[in-house]
Amino acid sequence: MDWIGQYNYYVVFFLMMTGFYVVVAQGNLVKKIVGLNIFQSSVFLLYISMGKVQDGTAPILLDGEAVYSNPLPHVLILTAIVVGVATTALGLALVVRIKEAYGTVEEDEIRERDDDA
Amino acid sequence: MNDDIVLTVIGKLLIPFILLFALYVQFHGDFGPGGGFQAGVLFAAGIILYALTNGTAAAMRLIPPGLLAPLAALGVLLYGGVGVATMLLGRHFLNYSVLAQDAVHGQHYGILLIELGVGITVAAVMLLIFFAFTSRED
Amino acid sequence: MTFLVATAIAIVRMRCLFAVVMLSGIYSLTTAGVFIILDAVDVAFTEAAVAAGVSTMLMLGSLTLTGHRQAPARIAPILPLTVVILTGVVLLWGTSDMPRFGDPEAPVHRHVAPRYIQDSPGEIGVPNMVTSVLASYRGFDTLGETVVVFTAGIGVLALLGIGGRRGRSAKDDPDDVAKRPTDDHE
Repeated sequence: MDWIGQYNYYVVFFLMMTGFYVVVAQGNLVKKIVGLNIFQSSVFLLYISMGKVQDGTAPILLDGEAVYSNPLPHVLILTAIVVGVATTALGLALVVRIKEAYGTVEEDEIRERDDDA
Repeated sequence: MNDDIVLTVIGKLLIPFILLFALYVQFHGDFGPGGGFQAGVLFAAGIILYALTNGTAAAMRLIPPGLLAPLAALGVLLYGGVGVATMLLGRHFLNYSVLAQDAVHGQHYGILLIELGVGITVAAVMLLIFFAFTSRED
Repeated sequence: MTFLVATAIAIVRMRCLFAVVMLSGIYSLTTAGVFIILDAVDVAFTEAAVAAGVSTMLMLGSLTLTGHRQAPARIAPILPLTVVILTGVVLLWGTSDMPRFGDPEAPVHRHVAPRYIQDSPGEIGVPNMVTSVLASYRGFDTLGETVVVFTAGIGVLALLGIGGRRGRSAKDDPDDVAKRPTDDHE
């Protein structure tokens, strides 16, 4: 088990944790959504890394014999990206409404206002 | 929104190509990389570029939001409709093999149709979301 | 890959949200490049168009509505940092069971993928396997995803509404119109 072979996974997990950290530790809601995006794309990278086959090529049919990478993760991630942007848009829409209702997008200030009320 | 002449001219030059490329990606997705999701987004991107250079109001006149919502629903219905059609023809839901004389051609038609449905929905939804955000700004 | 890490760290550290959003666009584009290296051309295409393009634009759109600066953190991020590092260690521990990167014998490649690769040319006749799996073998999934996108669109409309419609029939969204004047202080 040499660690170079796992390098992709290490990077993926680092990115995942970065996104996770942004989501839990930062107070700004827009920043949280950026963090969520980082988290999400690190999962995409994880899937695509798993689908890669050594010396493989893109899964588009060629003449003759060829080694193809696994098309299944590609399919899953392709749809996930589009769904991801749709959910991001939904999240941002919620943030915009929160801004209109509270006048701020900082979590602490929103909480203070709730306590005052 | 923006009076910069460089932006307007370059935008005008690029938009037809972006839209054409979107259509190419839509219908050539079987052979090269691409498909409904990407084509829908590209198409929306072309219109969004128009909105950025000529103002959102102009883009909304070009494609009224009232039209987009039914279009988004139409895409999903087209997709589901293909599934129901294959059921009516006596196969499983979304088994396209019955859409033509032989199975391979049926699969071709099925994929083309549902990719079209996906493309319409994605393009319409992306534009709707974009309009919803930008029309808040003013 | 290392460039991705650098961009991610910069995103965490920066407080100017405009730069953060721009960096997240760069981040997505880099991810698309990595996807190409990993043979996922379709995915790279989608990532470049969707995540780097549309997503960045939506973020900018909402930034103009919500303001560009992030307030400085009030509490020291000890607890979140601990949680994150713990989770990270557990995940890294998990990688010791993962197959080597690019291993053709990995369990991922043993299950349904060979069937897709070997039979789809004969059964579907479409050269791009990603398309044939997406649209035919996994048509249910894709139908679901399309409905999710559609639902998200409806959700955004329900939350924000479209300005063009407000002019025509203001009473459709009375809550929105009533709220508008009071929001513009700040």
